[in-house]
Amino acid sequence: MAVSRQNALVPALYRVGEVYRELPDTVTLRLVPESGRRPPCAPGQFNMLYAFGVGEIAISISGEAADEGFLHTVREVGAVSTALARLAVGASVGVRGPYGTGWPAAQGADVIFVAGGLGLAPLRPAIRRVLAERRHYGRVAILFGTRHPAEMLYRQELEQWRRRLDVDVSVTVDHADTLWHGNVGVVPALIPRATFDPNNSVALVCGPEVMMRFTVSALREAGVPDERVYLSMERNMKCATGLCGHCQFGPEFICMTGPVMRFDRIASLFSTREA
Amino acid sequence: MKSLDSLLRELPFFAGLDEEHARLIAGCARNCRFEAGQYLFHEGDPADEFFLIREGRVALDVVAPGQDPIVFSTLGEGEVVGASWLVPPYRWMFDARAASPTHALGIDAACLRRKCEEDHDFGYLMMKRFLPVFVKRLHATRLQMFDVYRRG
Repeated sequence: MAVSRQNALVPALYRVGEVYRELPDTVTLRLVPESGRRPPCAPGQFNMLYAFGVGEIAISISGEAADEGFLHTVREVGAVSTALARLAVGASVGVRGPYGTGWPAAQGADVIFVAGGLGLAPLRPAIRRVLAERRHYGRVAILFGTRHPAEMLYRQELEQWRRRLDVDVSVTVDHADTLWHGNVGVVPALIPRATFDPNNSVALVCGPEVMMRFTVSALREAGVPDERVYLSMERNMKCATGLCGHCQFGPEFICMTGPVMRFDRIASLFSTREA
Repeated sequence: MKSLDSLLRELPFFAGLDEEHARLIAGCARNCRFEAGQYLFHEGDPADEFFLIREGRVALDVVAPGQDPIVFSTLGEGEVVGASWLVPPYRWMFDARAASPTHALGIDAACLRRKCEEDHDFGYLMMKRFLPVFVKRLHATRLQMFDVYRRG
């Protein structure tokens, strides 16, 4: 699934096919190749997106578009992400990838998705895959936490998932407003309330690292073994090919052995302070 | 109709409780039902009864003058509502409101505290069950305060 090393540093030219406004500072871009077909990708992988004249950053693939394009959800944080998020339909973008590891297939098991904030974006392709092939999985729980009801990513899609009778969708916010009648509190608190068989479950977790630490603790307490917990790790990815070392995490390069990593393989590094 | 001690032992919070201790707690318990919007208790009131949710959802909120109540936590099935009954001056620090029709077991706090004083083994056992719940809530509150989803 990974690109060949020979072409790994050469961006391909893509065009912005559509811009979906998700939140005031967040958009989803549909990127379509200027020529040929886009390479295959797996849920959990990322691309390097190049805003011409500004710079390049790693952005998770948040979906596969029906017309064979990539979907990327981008929040305005720094110069490059702001430039990408402000691209108009028809604008050109450089794309390298897909890179990295994907979420495990987990067929036959109960699947617990735990997402925090923008962490729902890298999980969305995996959620879509599981829901599209629902009969191959046991119980499915989607637990999503966000800061405030107004900052809820993919709200419409969450509502669609919630209407299904074969999936348990729980959403919580850290800070509620008076119109919010749902859960208030942090997303790890939803774990004891979900129904799953801890010994036959796979947990896929993505969000800010502090949130993932609390989530892992709650999963352990619920009896889910470390080797059944997968996290999407984020570090400063530059080359995405394991050459530059910017994304080093202990002995690992996140761009090569991540971003999706099995927790038991990184547990000892997880709470290590980094300079 | 189920007895209070069997209802108690069905709650995950009291899982593994022996019969004698279940009877001791049941002696302080009652079955309650709250309509959506009904308050279980109010800030400043004596913390003389706390609750274990059997079914439904409870919102904890604080009120600031001139503002609508701010919900800072919601609790669901199997969870304990209220910690102030454990520590002097035994007064609630927030409001608890049923966010949906809620069935709960109400535990007379003074009654349970007295039984804990009379039998320290039982008291220690109770502390071992309640303390982790409240420590976890403290950790969750810290995570909530970190504001981890704020813009980078």
